[in-house]
Amino acid sequence: MEKRAVFRAGSLAYLLILPQLLLVFVFFYWPTGAALYWAFTLEMPWGGGNQWVGLENFTAVLKDGKYWSSVVASCVFAFAATALALAQALVLALFVDRQLRGSRGFRSFYVWPYAVAAPAVSLAFRFIFAPETGLVAFVNQWWPGLWNPSINGAQAMALVVLCFAWKWIGYNFIFLLAALQSIPRALMEASAMDGAGPLRRMLDIQLPLLTPTFFFLLVINLTESFVGPDSFGIVDILTEGGPANATNLLVYKIYSDGFKGLDYSGAAAQSIILMLLVMVLTFIQFRWVERRVHYK
Amino acid sequence: MIERTPIFNAVTYAIMIGGLLVVLLPVWMAFTAATQTVEAVNRIPFSFALGDELLTNLGAAWQRGDFGTKLANSFILAAGVTLGKVMIAALSAFSIVYFNYRLRMIFFWVIFVTLMLPLEVRIVPTYAVAANALAPLQAILDVTGISALIAVLSGVEVSLQWNLLNSYVGLILPLVATATGTFLYRQFFMTVPDELAEAAKMDGAGAFRFFVEILMPLSRTNMLALATIMFVYAWNQYLWPLLVTTDRGTYGTAIIELKQMVPNPYGGLPDWNVAMAAALIVMLPPVVVVALMQRWFVRGLIATEK
Repeated sequence: MEKRAVFRAGSLAYLLILPQLLLVFVFFYWPTGAALYWAFTLEMPWGGGNQWVGLENFTAVLKDGKYWSSVVASCVFAFAATALALAQALVLALFVDRQLRGSRGFRSFYVWPYAVAAPAVSLAFRFIFAPETGLVAFVNQWWPGLWNPSINGAQAMALVVLCFAWKWIGYNFIFLLAALQSIPRALMEASAMDGAGPLRRMLDIQLPLLTPTFFFLLVINLTESFVGPDSFGIVDILTEGGPANATNLLVYKIYSDGFKGLDYSGAAAQSIILMLLVMVLTFIQFRWVERRVHYK
Repeated sequence: MIERTPIFNAVTYAIMIGGLLVVLLPVWMAFTAATQTVEAVNRIPFSFALGDELLTNLGAAWQRGDFGTKLANSFILAAGVTLGKVMIAALSAFSIVYFNYRLRMIFFWVIFVTLMLPLEVRIVPTYAVAANALAPLQAILDVTGISALIAVLSGVEVSLQWNLLNSYVGLILPLVATATGTFLYRQFFMTVPDELAEAAKMDGAGAFRFFVEILMPLSRTNMLALATIMFVYAWNQYLWPLLVTTDRGTYGTAIIELKQMVPNPYGGLPDWNVAMAAALIVMLPPVVVVALMQRWFVRGLIATEK
């Protein structure tokens, strides 16, 4: 762990790390501190003093029915999108790892959703699933009004989930395939000699050995869908939180309450709650990273 | 594996082709739509026949989104953030790994904890800091009484002001700090044999010389991987540029222009062909970068999580 040949710790050591510490302090810790301060005070928009109100901001947020509908929307979104993204990537990784002729070509295509900007793919999804044009519009010719995500909340939710799941296929695929390739080949050969077919090997050898990576990805996907930049971009382009707040995810609500509603204190209280959620998820991830060491 | 499983192989190909369709469909449809006329793109059911309007639509999108300026801004943002992250991460990791001082573990954790503070969550106060980046310093001076002291001694009221809104610095600087990058370098530096540093020391090289002439060339692969990941990250930033650039004409990035491309539902036939052309323009650069750098970037992405 420790390096043997270290250099004499002089001012140079501090100088090297100073830029990063400054950035982290000014743009991470200070705003977090400000959020804490605002969460416990009542801030007048654009200056005008603060008043200490204790936990009132939190109780106001937690009593708000709109907040709880956002919590529900966020949970539905996070779990559905994570499940769909992971399931697709898992199936693709398992079959690409059979290394049949040509699977290399497929592989490079599966990676690319990682690089595509979430807002750009959202715009494409908005077109593809538009009620008046695109791929799905024909159902409205048979049965007018059957598909309209700008009116139907459940359909809007399905749309943002699909979009997020598409975007995250690439990332999950990269990790799952790498994990599959690190499974010792001897293990697969031995089971093949014992007469296990490819499907049997997938179920009994590859899947169990994938669980560490799978849990890691589960936590990452959940974190990203709860508080990630992609969730924000997707919602902003596809639905803007609508219809009737059906897709008003927690990350989006903080933004709209803070910048459109100018409710700094309420937004700050929501920020603190979300930070706690991220901390819990990160903690779980680290517990798991600890365990992963034992797997090896 | 040498075995004959013709049926299972067929299933494998079917699944891989299915996956290909899922992954390609949105991009392929965007491309098809971008080649069609406004009438063709609104036809139901959607026709996958390519039109010949691609250049016209790209031109229209280019003009409507003012992509000449916007793409340049996106490149400045992405290059600035990538360079900043790669350099700052290397320097901090070097300090943490190769110098033995008491605060180093604390510094490491201070950087690492930022993983739990995503921008989307602390967006409102971060915006407030960007409006005056010297506010933290001012507050410290006020609280410690230094500004009062200065006011008494020299009669000058200390009021520090550095507005980052509508500037490249404001776009780039808040995105530069990087816990993952620092972690990646730290992991790599740990695997560099101690003997290298010993030999360098014996030959009379100082810490900085060792860093520049030995450690940096050794970590070229890591640097490429990190640079690819961070370029994609920076190019695809949406929320921060949306807030920091109120002067969209001068400092707006290409990504935030996408929202203006959503056709107005009340303005005649929606021109999705132009919107899709814009989406293609915006998504192209990071896709090209990842395609070119695939080998390094996959390795780097996986290494960041170990």
